Amino acid sequence: MLKLDGGFIQNLGRVYGLYTLGFLGFVILMAILEAAGVSNTVIGWLFVAFTVGIYAMIGILSRTMESSQYYVAGREVPAVYNGMATAADWMSGASFIAMAGGIYLSGYPYMAFLVGWTGGYVLVASLIAPYLRKFGCYTVPDFIGTRYGGNLARLCAVIILVVASFTYVTAQINGTGTVAARALQIPFELGVWIGLAGILFCSMLGGMRAVTWTQVAQYIVLIIAYLIPVFWMSNKLGYGLIPHLAQFSAVERVQELETMLGVGALMPTAEAQAAAGKLAALKVGINDASDTLMAKWKFFTLVLCMMAGTASLPHVLMRYFTTSSVKAARQSVGYSLLFICLLYLTAPALATFTKLSLLDPTVATSIIGKTIAEVSNLEWIQQWSNVGFLKVVDGNGDGILQINEFFMRGDIVVLATPEMAGLPYVISGLVAAGGLAAAMSTADGLLLAIANALSHDLYYKIIDPKADTKTRLIVARILLLVIGAAGAFVASMKLTGILGAVAWAFCFANSGLFFPLVLGVWWKRANRAGAIAGMVGGFGAGAWYLYMVQFAGMAPWLGIDGLRFGMIGMPVSLVLMVVFSLMTEEPDAETQKMVEEIRIPSGKTVVS
Amino acid sequence: MSSKQDAHWAKTKSLTFTTLGIWAVLSFVIHWFGEGLNSSAFPGAYFMAGMGSQIAFAILVFWFATRQNQIDEEFGFGED
Repeated sequence: MLKLDGGFIQNLGRVYGLYTLGFLGFVILMAILEAAGVSNTVIGWLFVAFTVGIYAMIGILSRTMESSQYYVAGREVPAVYNGMATAADWMSGASFIAMAGGIYLSGYPYMAFLVGWTGGYVLVASLIAPYLRKFGCYTVPDFIGTRYGGNLARLCAVIILVVASFTYVTAQINGTGTVAARALQIPFELGVWIGLAGILFCSMLGGMRAVTWTQVAQYIVLIIAYLIPVFWMSNKLGYGLIPHLAQFSAVERVQELETMLGVGALMPTAEAQAAAGKLAALKVGINDASDTLMAKWKFFTLVLCMMAGTASLPHVLMRYFTTSSVKAARQSVGYSLLFICLLYLTAPALATFTKLSLLDPTVATSIIGKTIAEVSNLEWIQQWSNVGFLKVVDGNGDGILQINEFFMRGDIVVLATPEMAGLPYVISGLVAAGGLAAAMSTADGLLLAIANALSHDLYYKIIDPKADTKTRLIVARILLLVIGAAGAFVASMKLTGILGAVAWAFCFANSGLFFPLVLGVWWKRANRAGAIAGMVGGFGAGAWYLYMVQFAGMAPWLGIDGLRFGMIGMPVSLVLMVVFSLMTEEPDAETQKMVEEIRIPSGKTVVS
Repeated sequence: MSSKQDAHWAKTKSLTFTTLGIWAVLSFVIHWFGEGLNSSAFPGAYFMAGMGSQIAFAILVFWFATRQNQIDEEFGFGED
């Protein structure tokens, strides 16, 4: 492996091409070892050790003591590679592990996440990212602080960033722990700390530079790990060569089966559900686009919250600070979306084929309609019930498995696909490596966003503006360690499921930051008083509403539940920001000139 | 602000609003009428939410980036 100097950027294609071939070679080697009788545990360990080892090596090779390298990777990342890094940064454990399962269990309404998490990039490209790139800041609060002026505005942005990103990172460290625990057969708590060690190795020494190049490597692993099993399953079970095209005729078959088996009509009995605890039975069809006003409204609000959240989450926005130009930043958003779509277009196909293979009585792998005794004897059923991921409860006592008697955790759709479809164990190891890459890459980006905001905005800009570069970068690293440890500590307490916390992070971010960011570029009249009112009011209203609905037992207004509290925070933020801006003096000439400056790509960055 | 900057910003705004208009249709309007897309021949609602909108978003972003770049160059505000 070469040292990351000037020659590295010119040789990216060759370096990552070799890396991809090397990884595929490693997978083949593992398949050979499996055929030669090496145990599953050893293969699981090798997968984790090999991939995490490579990430850590990239992290160490990318070490730096220059602040522009540490904060924005020297602003020399080409658009395509930044797109890959953003895709890895973006696609978390939730996208990789939970998304297909969410579609499986919650059907059409869940697909609002797919629409929201892709369409948000249109907002990123058209409203925010290129302008922040021209601005030339190191962090998102840096923009807020300079555009609106004053330490208070900066501090508000830092607080919102920390709350949103910390909520999110806890879920990611939790995800790393879950996957590491399964693949390595160690306790969850230990898995969390091992995951954290890997994450810190990638980011501590080289900051954004190291995170960028490990994220590209992690994207390659996660996309290979997601696609291979689905293609294999689609071909092995005879659904078609390309799962994305084959899924539509499969959906029609699934809809027939869902009607036949009583999905949505046959609900689990109260005792059966009590026995299954938090596991869920299938209650919503894959294509049940309802015509009720409430269903439409819930789809709409979820899409809107996830989109505005995408455009306000600092760990995503800061990726576009690393491109070499404004033009490249815009293109890079397109590449990000392209690389994200590779996985997101595959998730519904995976959910549909999993349904087909479990529900269709004419398929050998089906379980619904078979006897409970027969199903309970299947190896994968036993294995996954042992770890509490699924449960078979004979609710009506007839000895036959009905649709309302099979309970599972959504994550199993991705994690158990290889076993369900009877693929070799090497594929399970590959999936574990992919899930780990997805959770680690997102955790890296989030931890760095938090630590950079605290070291650059809180420590350097507010507390000690005279600090030299060396001190600042040391402070940044200490913060990274402390926040990582705090995240792992919270994660080891298992407070929420992965998805609850992820949707909260999006709503925290859009409640507090969406309008101050957008209007900072698009409305010259927006001033400090307005921005502070918008941040405090929006974030406060959103957080209050979440607390009332989630913990204080208040009935949600108009179906706006804990996943959608941005619907409360965002309007409050917008109204307060406009009213307070108009009530106070317009920004000074210098600020207005700065806004004009960021609207044209040519020329120097506004802050250097 | 020079008149050249004014004209550049006017064109930029109009492109952005067009982009956001298309975005709103793909994001909200289509899915609001999701059940109307389903027919016995094709699962339209599933297709749009699981594939159609996403591909369209990607195309939209690339189109926007190209157009905006043309505008920047037209007014001499492009980089290098």
